[in-house]
Amino acid sequence: MIPGRFRSRLVFLLGLTLVLASVPLWAPRFWIYIATQALIFAIFAMSLDLLVGYAGLPSFGHAAFYGVGAYACALLAIRHVDGLVPLLLVGAVAGGVAALPIGALSLRTSGIYFLMLTLAFAQMLWGLAVNWTSLTRGTDGLIGIPRPTLPGLDALNISLYERGPFFVLCLVVAVAVFVFLESLARSPFGKTLEGIRENDRRMRALGFPTFRYRLAAFVVGGAVAGIAGSLAAMSNGFATPDLLYWTLSGLGLIAVVVGGSRSLVGPLLGAFIVLFAQLGLSSYLDRWELVLGAMFIVFVLFLPRGLVGLVRRA
Amino acid sequence: MELAVSGLTVRFGAIAALDRVDLEVAAGERRALIGPNGAGKTTLLNVIAGELRPAAGSVRLGTRDATSLPPWRRARLGLGRTFQRSTLFGQLTVAENVALAVRARIRSSWRFWPAREPSVRDEVTRRLEAAGLHHLAGRRVATLGHGEQRILELELALTAAPSALLLDEPMAGLSGEERQAALNRLLALPREVTLVIVEHDLDAVFALAERISVLDHGVKIADGHPAAIRADPRVQEAYLGAV
Repeated sequence: MIPGRFRSRLVFLLGLTLVLASVPLWAPRFWIYIATQALIFAIFAMSLDLLVGYAGLPSFGHAAFYGVGAYACALLAIRHVDGLVPLLLVGAVAGGVAALPIGALSLRTSGIYFLMLTLAFAQMLWGLAVNWTSLTRGTDGLIGIPRPTLPGLDALNISLYERGPFFVLCLVVAVAVFVFLESLARSPFGKTLEGIRENDRRMRALGFPTFRYRLAAFVVGGAVAGIAGSLAAMSNGFATPDLLYWTLSGLGLIAVVVGGSRSLVGPLLGAFIVLFAQLGLSSYLDRWELVLGAMFIVFVLFLPRGLVGLVRRA
Repeated sequence: MELAVSGLTVRFGAIAALDRVDLEVAAGERRALIGPNGAGKTTLLNVIAGELRPAAGSVRLGTRDATSLPPWRRARLGLGRTFQRSTLFGQLTVAENVALAVRARIRSSWRFWPAREPSVRDEVTRRLEAAGLHHLAGRRVATLGHGEQRILELELALTAAPSALLLDEPMAGLSGEERQAALNRLLALPREVTLVIVEHDLDAVFALAERISVLDHGVKIADGHPAAIRADPRVQEAYLGAV
């Protein structure tokens, strides 16, 4: 990449982080809440971009791993497991573990078949969350999930039950996830994924076991989605089957497309747009989906590379 | 690496694309496969490379029975190939295309952190210079001309440093000058590399090949030294006469 462009990207990212970090200082409480939800959704969307943008895997079942992460975190937290790191880790592990068999089966297909299979698996897990009432309490969901404590924060008299600190926590996790996925995308592994996306057949002819790489990407994507799910469970204080429902997978794809895939920043911005449309607009408009849908159509037709593509062109 | 197939049969529906084909290529041999369109040449390469499973017959690479190995395992045994239609990574740059092939060979693709990879970068530069593509290093491959794509196609296969190489019409669509350059690149290959080349450009075939096999309608109708093949009446009828 050209150093000048690299520098301007870095400046943009640092600026964005600073602006976000300042949100608790000036934003009304309602908007801090929305921004928190948007950050969590952004982590989910970035993990989906690893699949859609970098690996070329149009998963329509990504919410499964988000939901599984949320339930895993919830099940531990209501059994009095405390501690931020273990609760985030259990979400990641649960998301990754769920992604392994689903990926292993779905990745035997590609394109529309892959999309349909991931959707079907995710809906099966949703059905499980609804019906396995002894574990999940069905459609009522798991409620009363406590937020974790973090050693050191108590001493400073900071509680994650307050919106500001919890928002900052989500921001820290989101930045960490961004740095992790960005490194992954630039690593030899990430370059290999891009080669597989561009031409699977040639990669196999060069000696790459392409299935294993795609499966690894699918599992990593699932694990990161599981982290987002953990945060969602902590944020909402409950975990319901909605978290695994296909509409959330769809919203994730909209965030990736509107923001611009294969960029990570794009899905992050896209997540904010989708969340503001969902939670912000819905307080003024009953049919906010109409606005979001129209926006999606405009982007697909006229700006297939998303917001990021628009900036790159300018 | 020597390479052998025996009794190879491939059917597409009712049509036998290959019908009990035997082929033995010694290590380091330069073998050409010729025959009219639809004779089964590309099908044969696809079976050897592992992209097509034969209905019957076996494939041996070196001392190993490769009949049931997937393409990537055969590549790791040292089998390289090019494709009839350039099969490249269109949205990546020329340098990134070659870098993928380098990483395939040195197997450094399971690293999850950005790496400087000086040795990869050096080799990419060297190879692009050797192939005359250095000035295009930063260009997206989808924007290259046909001739340049063919050269890159060949370079990707060579980068893997294969011990046996399958070439599917490497000269197709090249200008006279580009043909000569590609031919020189092939003639300069190390002696121990086994070569199987499918090509319609008979000048290139006779310049390269030590032995020629002729396929017609999925059946091998002749096998021998270039002079003998030229003189074979069946070959002339099936193919050479038609040119």
